[in-house]
Amino acid sequence: MRKLSVLTSVVALATAGMASANEGLQEIINDPANWGIQTGDYKNQRYSKLDKINKDNVKDLQVAWTFSTGVLRGHEGSPLVVGDMMYVHTPFPNTVYALDLTQEGKIKWKYEPKQNPDVIPVMCCDTVNRGVAYADGKIFLHQADTTVVALNADTGAVEWSVQNGDPSKGETNTATVLPVKDKVIVGISGGEFGVRGHVTAYDIESGEQVWRAYSMGPDEDILVDPENTTHLGEPVGENSGTNTWEGDQWMIGGGTTWGWYSYDPEADLVYYGTGNPSTWNPAQRPGDNRWSMTIMARDPDDGMAKWFYQMTPHDEWDYDGVNEMILTEQQMDGEERQLLTHFDRNGLGYTLDRISGELLVAEKFDPAVNWTTGVDMDENSDQYGRPQVVADYSTEQNGEDVNSTGICPAALGSKDQQPAAYSPDTELFYVPTNHVCMDYEPFRVSYTAGQPYVGATLAMYPAPDSHGGMGNFIAWDNVKGEIKWSLPEQFSVWSGALATAGNVVFYGTLEGYLKAVDATTGDELYKFKTPSGIIGNVMTYEHDGKQYVGILSGIGGWAGIGLAAGLTNPNDGLGAVGGYAALSDYTALGGQLTVFALPN
Amino acid sequence: MMRTVSVKIALAAALALAPAALSAQSWSDQPVDPEKSQDAAAIAYDEGGRYYTEDDVPTYNLAEDGTVDWMTFSGFRRYHSECHVCHGPDGEGSTYAPKIKNSAVNMDYYDFYDVVVNGRQNGNSVMPHFGDNPNVMCYLDDIYVYLKARGMDAVPRGRPGKKEAKSDEIREMEDACMG
Repeated sequence: MRKLSVLTSVVALATAGMASANEGLQEIINDPANWGIQTGDYKNQRYSKLDKINKDNVKDLQVAWTFSTGVLRGHEGSPLVVGDMMYVHTPFPNTVYALDLTQEGKIKWKYEPKQNPDVIPVMCCDTVNRGVAYADGKIFLHQADTTVVALNADTGAVEWSVQNGDPSKGETNTATVLPVKDKVIVGISGGEFGVRGHVTAYDIESGEQVWRAYSMGPDEDILVDPENTTHLGEPVGENSGTNTWEGDQWMIGGGTTWGWYSYDPEADLVYYGTGNPSTWNPAQRPGDNRWSMTIMARDPDDGMAKWFYQMTPHDEWDYDGVNEMILTEQQMDGEERQLLTHFDRNGLGYTLDRISGELLVAEKFDPAVNWTTGVDMDENSDQYGRPQVVADYSTEQNGEDVNSTGICPAALGSKDQQPAAYSPDTELFYVPTNHVCMDYEPFRVSYTAGQPYVGATLAMYPAPDSHGGMGNFIAWDNVKGEIKWSLPEQFSVWSGALATAGNVVFYGTLEGYLKAVDATTGDELYKFKTPSGIIGNVMTYEHDGKQYVGILSGIGGWAGIGLAAGLTNPNDGLGAVGGYAALSDYTALGGQLTVFALPN
Repeated sequence: MMRTVSVKIALAAALALAPAALSAQSWSDQPVDPEKSQDAAAIAYDEGGRYYTEDDVPTYNLAEDGTVDWMTFSGFRRYHSECHVCHGPDGEGSTYAPKIKNSAVNMDYYDFYDVVVNGRQNGNSVMPHFGDNPNVMCYLDDIYVYLKARGMDAVPRGRPGKKEAKSDEIREMEDACMG
């Protein structure tokens, strides 16, 4: 009898555990002492209720402790803190450290996967990784070689491991994963290698694949219901993932899914965006190329799509749509709305109704943006929801082997993956941006599996006729579609922002500064130069009653490629060559976590 | 056609010697003294819009008014499609990949060719192999002469302003190679 009752309660516990994987993580997220998920919360707000560090005392911030990761490549993402443990990840080889905060960060366990180095060169743009996820007593790591591994959070022991993609075909990973309910949601990289993007759900307990939704292809591949899945309020119809492609191009169509994922538990929908269609030469892929460049809302249980919104049909500039979808509840025209706000690479800040997929706002969040005059918002227009392309800046209309000049933004976008933050106190979004333009010349390329499949040459340079810098850190009103304030930066801002209840907003710079600004005014309150340039995301946590702010330094990523030697504007003539700041004059390599606190 | 044959034979010879030649990596970032390398880049003859040194190695041609030969211009385009995502704009290097414009001067043509075809690895620093990628292999001479011109400071950063016309011979070879 005794044995039976023990068994029964174990079963009950296990069942509860499975059903509450989402709730378990939600409870961890609800306690602001933790930083339990890369994105701050399921809504991707990157807002902390902690307020011991506030706008009045942040000027006194000091370095509390530091930790070298032992890796020199670009460090994106951030550590997690769950209870007394901190989990720190690195770029390739994707080492994970579990640090015991009760013992001054002593290494409790370390996990270093063995990965084939052949994966390194098929990662476009450095071997970054945007961090681990936690749920249900496990740490989830999605390695560069697309192995998804679940580690026991106490011991680091591998509980399960699954292969999500094939690096020999250029399929790699840089993103974190999203634990939702009893599943982990996983994306894929490789848009520059002709990879057909997909999102996959694995069972959180076993690692077994539950569903996979491709970005393009037949209806059964992209998990749509032609009658009920909508695009701007209309059913997508049959074959929507193939009928805007010519021939079999969709099979190497791109639309990879390397960005961030958010989740609305009430609507029970997961949100993410898809990347550029392959190749970068638009002439080789006539049509709208659905569903690349698309915001997607899917049911996490079976992957079925509820709605899509394609932001940049038939991309001509590499404006991937993967940036984060930030979920908020705000008043709009006197009505309480459940909103989704997204700052796209294409330079437009979108506000949508996240339940219906209705487009509410689409405005430029960098005044330099010139490839479009804006999005047609007239529901009765045949152009409804489409960006109106300026012919001069259309690499499609100018044609193959023609160099289109002065396009803003550049391919890296007015904003790349570096996530924005939202403060419900100010109702403002704090957005790290790039202020860079480009020349773009597409030409014919052929496809070889596992080889780059790009098909365009581009030159990038700071936005002309502006402040000369390559970045801005802005505050954005998503209801009005307006910039509230804008802080010029010498380099692109490639760090994820953090907003706190202390009315402080933090971000990092490529020179290596951690900066704190007033959430209302943007006034600079504090800065500290860390050992290397920052492309990581700022996080905060509380331990033993004390608030800490943590940031990974370690220059690299796209920024470390494009800006290392400085940019030149080919249109400025010979005299200006070398006229722009080189990142290599300001910082050098080095992966390090720096943790800040107020003095005792 | 003769030329193709002789290049192939020399390439085979270089490959046979490859292992010893590949162990050195550190010179990739070694600075270039253009004065000292002038002879290695000097044009001995041209053929169908391509320029060669007296050792039959492809090289660039720069007119006094800044006009570059088609191969150098084409190399600029192909480099900024296939190579710059690691080696940075204009061959200037990145946080993890060497200044390849200098490699094109410091490395022997056949060694350069071999590394592009077969790739190489030094710890976590990995050069991929492009041997089966027509977008690179059909334009490897173009990329080489462009980078050599960059390493020699013969052409400035950015897009070359004026270029020679594409010759029929180059067009025919490109079409045959790309298929």
